[in-house]
Parts: sequence; structure tokens; C-alpha cells
Amino acid sequence: MLHRYFQNFKKFRPLLGELVERDIKIKYRRSVLGVLWTLLNPLLMMCILAIVFSNLFKFDIENYPVYILSGQVIYNFFNESTSSAMSAIINNASLIKKVYIPKYMFVLSRILSSIINMLASHCALLIVMIVVGCEMHWTMILFPIPMFLLIVFCLGIGLILSAVTVKFRDIMHLYGVFTTGLLYLTPVIYAMSLLPGWLYKIVMINPITNYLMMYRNVMMFGSWFSPGSFLLGVVEAAAALLIGLSVFIRKQDTFILNI
Amino acid sequence: MEERLMIEVEDVSMQFSLSSEKVNSLKEYIIKTIKRQVHSETFWALNNITFNVRAGESVGLIGLNGSGKSTMLKIIAGVMKPTKGNVKVYGQMAPLIELGAGFDFDLTARENVFLNGAILGHSREEMNGYMDDIIEFSELEKFMDTAVKNFSSGMISRLAFAIATIGKPDILIVDEVLSVGDFRFQQKCEERIRTMLDSGTTLLFVSHSIEQVKSLCSKVVWLEGGFMKACGDSARYCDEYAGL
Repeated sequence: MLHRYFQNFKKFRPLLGELVERDIKIKYRRSVLGVLWTLLNPLLMMCILAIVFSNLFKFDIENYPVYILSGQVIYNFFNESTSSAMSAIINNASLIKKVYIPKYMFVLSRILSSIINMLASHCALLIVMIVVGCEMHWTMILFPIPMFLLIVFCLGIGLILSAVTVKFRDIMHLYGVFTTGLLYLTPVIYAMSLLPGWLYKIVMINPITNYLMMYRNVMMFGSWFSPGSFLLGVVEAAAALLIGLSVFIRKQDTFILNI
Repeated sequence: MEERLMIEVEDVSMQFSLSSEKVNSLKEYIIKTIKRQVHSETFWALNNITFNVRAGESVGLIGLNGSGKSTMLKIIAGVMKPTKGNVKVYGQMAPLIELGAGFDFDLTARENVFLNGAILGHSREEMNGYMDDIIEFSELEKFMDTAVKNFSSGMISRLAFAIATIGKPDILIVDEVLSVGDFRFQQKCEERIRTMLDSGTTLLFVSHSIEQVKSLCSKVVWLEGGFMKACGDSARYCDEYAGL
């Protein structure tokens, strides 16, 4: 059984590459700067946020641009990957109706394209760190750990969302509102120390907060993440993936009837 | 000697829920649940269909509109799972169901060759090997680096047919695609299918053109209203069908 799945994956592995390449190509085909946008986009966004929040609201955070940008790397990945994974199945309806393709391929390809964008933002962060003269720590090489956990987590969420959206289309609109709300429940633009006790607890429940803090710890503060938060991250990622897979596998044969 | 089995359709039935009451938003679902309006009517598109296709055979699926031909093909191609029964396919399958379904219109023809090849399970290297053949057959050498959205429908179907028939699949599934393009291209397609048949490919063919079925297929499966009306010699049942 497992062997058959693996064979199937091997057969369609080239498709995964083509789908990701298509996503990237189409996104930047008609722009002069092309792929450079993946780098420029987060940089420009960071400039706006940094100007707004360091002048208007006067958050007292050291290296505020780096703080914001590191938050954006993580949060934008969550937002982009899950939102695009959500429409993965219905956007490819014409194909799914005609040819047999393992359907998780579409979700996986959206997540992979988002990973490329996240790595570009990560590079943008490094550039900013050099420009503003932020101290570099050796712990920075640990960044793949929180990123990997986040990717697994988002894959699980993406699988659930894509399966549910096939049946209930209007979830797409609700999800836009949800992610906007979630942005404020994640310490992207503010420091955790500003929060009153009850809000602090709510923000800590948010799984993205944990991944973000792990990432910031290794990138900005030069410290290890605690074993506790690492374990929590692993458990949450594994749970999301398992639930996602089981929902997706149970629902995937009914997709064709609803798209 | 009996040839080996290629497609085994065992007692297949397919049930659909009628879309008049289809709920596809959360808002509707909640409202209808509160009002207790969620009930679904169903109908059977296919009922207990059983037939076999052996290696080298060419089988035509005939029947009027709504008889279940396309549903049957989709089940065989693995796109749908039957409600009851089993379909087993032995060998590599090349589906030619609606040409151009796998195209991305923003990409160039060459990029689409790779994308479509990947949809059929071929890697980039394999597709590079077939590239000359595809360009030659589709007669699009001048347009390979043009975005497909600027193509005419004839050009799209030429390219799609060329991609779908590369290599040597064990089973070729053809659904109504020969009705596109001019007569010269139709002939070219038919010729290509014939060459594949001669080299031992098994063919499953759906068309409303009874002439084409008669000339390409040795055996037909005749569906009527979701039931199998007949299965057997092509010439005999085609005449009977044409006499309807």
C-alpha cells in the first residue's frame, strides 16, 4: 500500500516541479524586475511598516526594522501558503475533471512556491541585518528548524482548507478576514511585553507565535529556542499534518462531484 | 489464445446527487440545515456495467447523449471512483479526454509541452526526447515560443493531440477529440491512432461519429440510459445503432 503511494509520487514528481515553476513564472512574467520582486516586495513592505510604527506608535524595540521583517517572513508564509493552498483544488478543476493526478500534488505545489517566496524574504532579512549593522550570531544557521516545522504545519492546514473549500466556497472570503485578525494575534509588529496578561495568553496559544519566536530567537537574539517550545512546535506541526491528511484522504474522492 | 486483460470493468454503478439542490457555500448550508431543507435526490448514471478489454483490442463506446459514456470513461481513467464495483487497469494509460485541458494559456507552447507531459507522468528529459516529434506532428515550429492564449483552437488541439500520443502507451483513451481541426488533420490523427493500434496499443474510443467507430473499432460497448444494452462485434451493433 505504502509502496504504491511512493511509486505514484515518483511518477508525478516532475509535475510538482512544473507546477511550481509555472506559479513563479506567471507571477513575474510581465514585470520588468521579474523574480527580483520576491525580494523587493518584503523589503518595501518592511520600510512602510517600520516608518509607520516607529514614528507613529513609537514601539521601543531595538532594531525595529529587523524585528518587523523577521515577523513578516514567518507570518507572510503562513498567510500566503495556506491561502493559496486553499484554492489549489478549485483552481485546477478543469484538470482534475479530465485526468487522473494525485490531488495532493496541487496543494503541495502551492506550498512549495510559497517556500521559495519565504526564502527570498529570508534573504531580504539578511540584507537588512547587514545594512543596519545588526549583530550576527552563529545561531542563525539554525533557521531551517523553525521554518521546517512551520512548513509542515502549513501543509496540514492547507490540506484541510483545500478540502473544505471544495464544498463550501464562501470560506475563502471568511479566511481573508480570519488571517487579518490573526496578524494582530501574532507578535509581528508589536513586542510581547506590551500585552496585558489575558491577551498575552491568547497570543501564546496561537501556534504561529511559537514558530515566530523560535525564528526570532535564532536570527535576532542569538539564543536557542527552549526545548519546550521546540517540542510544542513539533507536536503542533505533526497534529496539523495528520488531521490534514486524514481529512484530505477521506474527502478527495468527492472533489470531482463538487468542482 | 486469449490475450491478456488490459481493462477489467466489474459490475460498476455510479450514483450522482442531483445538482438542483446542491449546496456549495457554508451560508447556504447553515440556512438550509436550519430550515431542514437539506435533502438530496440521487440518480444512477451507470448500472451494473461489466466488460473486459484485452490487449490489442479496440473498443468503441457508443450511445446517445446522457447514456453514461463519459462517466464510464472517467471511471476507467481514474478521475472518478465508482459508487459500486471495480475497475482494474493493467498498463500505462494515455487519456485524450478533451484536448487542451492541461494547458496553461499564459505559458508558451514549449512550456506547455513540459507541463502536459508532466501531467501524463513524463519527466522533462523524456519530453525533450519527444520534442521534435511533437513539433513536427503539430506543425507549429514557428510558434513554439508563443503564449498559447494567442493560438487558434485548431492550433491548440494539434499541439494537444501531438503531446497526448507521444511514446507508446499500452492503452489509449480517446473521447470525441477527432471532431476538431480540419479534415486533413483529422486524417492525420486517425492515421496516428491506426499506427498505434498496429503496434499493439489497446484503444478505448468514444465518438458520435458512427463511421469512425466502425472503421477504428473491432468491438463496441453500447450504453443506453446507464445500462449496458449490448457488447460485441462492432459492425453488427454499429449498424443496429445507426438504424435507431
